[in-house]
Amino acid sequence: MIPVSFDYLAPTTLDEALAALAEHGEDAKVLGGGQSLLPVLRMRLNAPEVVVDLGRIEELRGIREDGDTVVIGAMTTYADVLADATVTEHIALLHKAIAEVADDQIRHRGTVGGAIVHADPAGDVGPAVLALDAEMVIAGPGGRRTVGAADFFTDLFETAVGEGEVLVEIRLPKHTGWGAHYEKFVRVSHQWSIVAVAATVRAEGGTIAEAKVALANMGATPLRAKATEVALTGQPATDVAVREAAASAADGTNPPSDLNGDADYRRHLATVLTRRAVLAAAGS
Amino acid sequence: MAKISVKVDGVTYSDDVEARMLLVHYLRESLGKVGTVVGCDTSNCGACTVHLDGRSVKSCNMLAVQADGHEVTTIEGLADGDTLHPVQQAFHDCHALQCGYCTPGMIMQATSFLKDNPTPTEHEVRVGMEGNLCRCTGYHNIVRAVLAAAGEGGGSQ
Ligand SMILES: Cc1cc2nc3c(=O)[nH]c(=O)nc-3n(C[C@H](O)[C@H](O)[C@H](O)COP(=O)(O)OP(=O)(O)OC[C@H]3O[C@@H](n4cnc5c(N)ncnc54)[C@H](O)[C@@H]3O)c2cc1C
Ligand code: FES
Ligand code: FES
Repeated sequence: MIPVSFDYLAPTTLDEALAALAEHGEDAKVLGGGQSLLPVLRMRLNAPEVVVDLGRIEELRGIREDGDTVVIGAMTTYADVLADATVTEHIALLHKAIAEVADDQIRHRGTVGGAIVHADPAGDVGPAVLALDAEMVIAGPGGRRTVGAADFFTDLFETAVGEGEVLVEIRLPKHTGWGAHYEKFVRVSHQWSIVAVAATVRAEGGTIAEAKVALANMGATPLRAKATEVALTGQPATDVAVREAAASAADGTNPPSDLNGDADYRRHLATVLTRRAVLAAAGS
Repeated sequence: MAKISVKVDGVTYSDDVEARMLLVHYLRESLGKVGTVVGCDTSNCGACTVHLDGRSVKSCNMLAVQADGHEVTTIEGLADGDTLHPVQQAFHDCHALQCGYCTPGMIMQATSFLKDNPTPTEHEVRVGMEGNLCRCTGYHNIVRAVLAAAGEGGGSQ
């Protein structure tokens, strides 16, 4: 399968990329790592006239610390995140979620920014950045703006990134010392989640002082399991207590029904996977 | 058309290519490197795996223009003259193929994986090779071959 013909631009600075996007408007499409866009172009689900490749813009790549925040450039590959000690130490949940994305080859090319803007509801990066209360920095013709994860994912494959805009970086508050676990349920390896749960927990002794839990593929966007988070606070990290709190994990969700399972099955899975994820994150 | 310059299996090529040309088609049709095959065309099977700057990638899921200025290694560039790469030799010794269609991709993924993890466990091999599908062998001999190659220092070369 071969994409429809397009013009290819490979700017080396963000300003050049924004200028190219401004010039070509809705005819242009941004290319990140290409691991979702290439299949889309090959299946001709989209046929942009101009492709603007961000792959040669160094300033969009890399991981740095900024006080209490870890900042990840949008074009940083999954593989580079997995190899980074700052991520493992301060935002372990992101490491654990990305380790479950696709396969080695895809992780060598796919980028954190591309995954977030692609916003597949079954994607693994979305729930991790949502649970970690990340902020996305978006650049456009009018300058830069910052959007919190809770407002960033707007609908199926839709985000706050508009036409002519580029996701520049993801800012993640450090969760140093928090336990983390990503529990992904699939039928066969290297597949998209049927349901997955991202959990990060601050434990004090045997008690859950704070818990953040987000779900993949339980609605049009990644979702926080708010009722479960509240129910977990102050509870002992035991099977009984966590099981009870996890029973409300699917509250307020609207999961899809498809060949992999219907909505009720997914609601059930969400409670089971939440229990496993929280217990693992709490280290019990 | 776009001008690209790519080093493939040690030789630098300069060509004009259509922007929409996939890297796998550039390798096969422009350079005649038909050792790299297309299995699924949906980025799932890994048959088209090559190395880009030493790391495994699916060459059906990349544009040739994205490889401009980079270095590609295909299955055809792995052996040292008549001496097979240890991973190739291990696939031969362990009978890790039947029809052989998945083999170029399997070997390119195995060499990339062993570079990151030179002494893997069996489980780590299975996870490391998850992006490569085989419809014939049932995978057992492939896993055995990767483990054997690791024992032979396949990871360090
Ligand atoms: C076989 C296979 C299995 C997969 N399995 C999984 C899985 O299990 N879990 C999972 O989460 N994902 C999976 N993926 C998807 C993978 O994670 C993609 O890499 C990712 O979704 C997109 O990242 P990318 O950098 O490749 O973006 P691209 O494909 O380049 O772009 C994706 C979209 O984002 C836009 N975009 C990219 N970067 C930017 C930016 N900086 N600013 C603005 N817009 C941008 C593009 O215009 C496009 O619309 C799989 C993919 C394949 C092919
Ligand atoms: S042909 Fe590239 S992954 Fe199957
Ligand atoms: S040997 Fe036939 S597909 Fe693997």
